[in-house]
Amino acid sequence: MTTESNTRPVHYSEFHPRWYRRPVSVYWWIGQRQYLKFILRELSSVFVATFVVETLFQLNALKGGPQAYAEFQKTLASPLIIALNLLCLLFVLFHTITWFNLAPSAMPIRLGGQRVPTFLVAAPSYVMWAVISAAVYWFVISWSQT
Amino acid sequence: MAKQSDEAFFWVLFSAGGVVAALLIPVQLFLFFVAIPLGWIQPPSYDHLMALVRLPLTRLYLFVLCSFSLFHWAHRFRYTLYDGLRVKHLNEIIFTLCYGGAVAGTVVAAYLLWTIA
Repeated sequence: MTTESNTRPVHYSEFHPRWYRRPVSVYWWIGQRQYLKFILRELSSVFVATFVVETLFQLNALKGGPQAYAEFQKTLASPLIIALNLLCLLFVLFHTITWFNLAPSAMPIRLGGQRVPTFLVAAPSYVMWAVISAAVYWFVISWSQT
Repeated sequence: MAKQSDEAFFWVLFSAGGVVAALLIPVQLFLFFVAIPLGWIQPPSYDHLMALVRLPLTRLYLFVLCSFSLFHWAHRFRYTLYDGLRVKHLNEIIFTLCYGGAVAGTVVAAYLLWTIA
């Protein structure tokens, strides 16, 4: 304490002062890897929605008949759409991996007082993912009605 | 605006959608929108796909996939806008647009799947 601060007249205000809050920038998530990863993970939902919209267009084309579906497939083969879908795939894979790896943190499992390692808790999700993906692949490519 | 109890309901939809999206979207996206357009895989015929879509189970699968994924998006995107852009004051507009979008998508999916075959 300096003598100056001790001798300065003290002002009391009648009302409680407003708390000082440091304003947070709109760009708070840029620059820190963890924050950026968080925002990218949250943004994956946009690509999930994009996929649904594309699937609805696909169903609409199927409904329109073979001609409409052939045209839809031609549209899908254009470079711009393929680039968009590759980006979609990256984000959706990011969603899948972060989603599976999050479950062990949300639900820590203990066995005999020891916490089960994260990868062991997440492992069944990956197995299920592989089985379901193989099943969908089989239905789309190899299944026949007879 | 959403009450506390509603928030839990939307969160359940969000996490159910998260599971559905994580398990089902990658394979379908890869097959239909990447591998087949790039010619890596011989495309299934129109008749094959129609036969598949005519199965009630396929239609249920597609309905769940579309609807739950959209509600997953609605919840997550809503909070991305709140936090990422720091626009909490636009709360109600964002809420309406996100869930309105999810409901609209669900209705379109139901209509298409009901009338397709």
